[in-house]
Amino acid sequence: MSSLFIHILTPVAIFLFIALFTLFAVYAERKIAGFVQDRLGPMETGKFGLLQTFADILKLLQKEFISPAAADRILFAVAPILIFVAVFVGFSVVPWAADFVPANTHTGLFFIMAVVSIDAIGILMAGWGSNNKYSLLGSIRAIAQMISYELPVGLSLIAAVMITQTLNLNEIALNQGIYSEQDLFFLGIWNVKDIGGILSWNVFQAPHLLVSYVIFFIASLAECNRAPFDIPEAESELIGGFHTEYGGIRFAFIFLAEYAMMFLVAMLGVVIFLGAWNSPLPNIGNVRLADWTTGLYWGIFWTLIKSLFIVAVQIWIRWTLPRFRADQLMVLCWKILIPVAFLCMAISGIWRITVMV
Amino acid sequence: MIIKSTLKGLATAIKGLSLTVAHLFSARKSRTSLDIKQENYFEKQEGVTTVQFPSEKMPIPDVARYQLDVEIDDCIVCDLCAKACPVDCIAIESIKSPEAIGKTSDGSVKRLYAAKFEIDMAKCMYCGLCTVVCPTECIVMTDNYDRSTTNLADLTYTFSDMSDAEVQKRKEEWTRFQAEKEAAKAK
Repeated sequence: MSSLFIHILTPVAIFLFIALFTLFAVYAERKIAGFVQDRLGPMETGKFGLLQTFADILKLLQKEFISPAAADRILFAVAPILIFVAVFVGFSVVPWAADFVPANTHTGLFFIMAVVSIDAIGILMAGWGSNNKYSLLGSIRAIAQMISYELPVGLSLIAAVMITQTLNLNEIALNQGIYSEQDLFFLGIWNVKDIGGILSWNVFQAPHLLVSYVIFFIASLAECNRAPFDIPEAESELIGGFHTEYGGIRFAFIFLAEYAMMFLVAMLGVVIFLGAWNSPLPNIGNVRLADWTTGLYWGIFWTLIKSLFIVAVQIWIRWTLPRFRADQLMVLCWKILIPVAFLCMAISGIWRITVMV
Repeated sequence: MIIKSTLKGLATAIKGLSLTVAHLFSARKSRTSLDIKQENYFEKQEGVTTVQFPSEKMPIPDVARYQLDVEIDDCIVCDLCAKACPVDCIAIESIKSPEAIGKTSDGSVKRLYAAKFEIDMAKCMYCGLCTVVCPTECIVMTDNYDRSTTNLADLTYTFSDMSDAEVQKRKEEWTRFQAEKEAAKAK
């Protein structure tokens, strides 16, 4: 009975977290956009505009349910649900703290890659179902982009998995800090199992994973259709792309999925490369900073802080770099990211058989 | 070739990112110098430029020319402003008077009553041509720019100070005068 209760509670908690995060992230996005452009951002709704996103969501919730007359009704109605569920399910295997993970599976990383790519089908359904040329163009662009960029994401993750030797996200997280059961080597030479902290993160255990992480980060930006890879949405040319025809609560769900995806890829990057829930503070002699700052609540705290930092970087990049042209997008993916990702994978193999014997 | 352009792309991206993050952190204070008349205006460009309008206002020039205003006592109802207006936003209706009504402050004699003097500020394009042609300089542009309203009819400014009864009375006066003149001619 109690396990059933937990099975119901966990998705609800994750959903609430996603909703809260979206409210916060939209506010942060608008504020950061404002400050970067020497503006103030929202200021009128509540103190410093704090209630702006609540007002926005209330507006979306009370809007009329409109389906275009020419739309394919079933595809049009199912698409937002599919897009959201694909991202939402991804949260089920990502650990928040030591052994604090919704589903502790051995194929966690594989599962997350599989369900997140369902997102692309949802976007195609939305674009096709809208029966609108801009939506269709947007969704075709989205498919081309998401399928291309799944390769560098996958390859950079394989490079990391070759080092960690497991697909279980919980174990990957565990093997990057003081709770690890095996020896950890900083840069492959200095045993830092007892020191922990930032030194035992995957990117510092094998330094070429830093390059892998950069590839993963760039490609994951493209996966969640964020600027500078937002050509599927491209407000200025496609009027919002695949979600042009959506309004009200359906649009709210697409929006929710977009921000949930941002957090999911940020969190995945943190778990695999940046030490997951492990503290960045190392033990220095008797000052046991890593021991003091590791635990259930500390774990959740570090996961949140690191992921929110990565989300902030995503927002920062969005308001700095202009949108890619479609051909530049493909050049970046196929001619730069994929070869470098392959190189990292090869180095991982060599690292595994020479340094980590 | 591709390596070179990749490195260049990376370098420019970093340059752009450092520029935006500098702006992000300098947004903690707002711009100190708002008045362009000040000597150091262009040296103090750091910080937020937003002016929180209804509570703060930008300094405006002393001779700013925004909304139109008419000093109706000085108006001789010559209709020149309405003729000069490129967008026809001024509507004037005049009633002739049998004798001179009075004098404007610059000494011109007034012979017409302004039954209607309306300016539709929603149409006005702020060119100022009406103020140029006015012989008595009674139509001027003021430094008032904040006249926002939720009712479109409020944007039609009426300057005539005559009541309907008065307009009716003056009209009758003129028709009586005309009739008397006709009668005198017929004799």
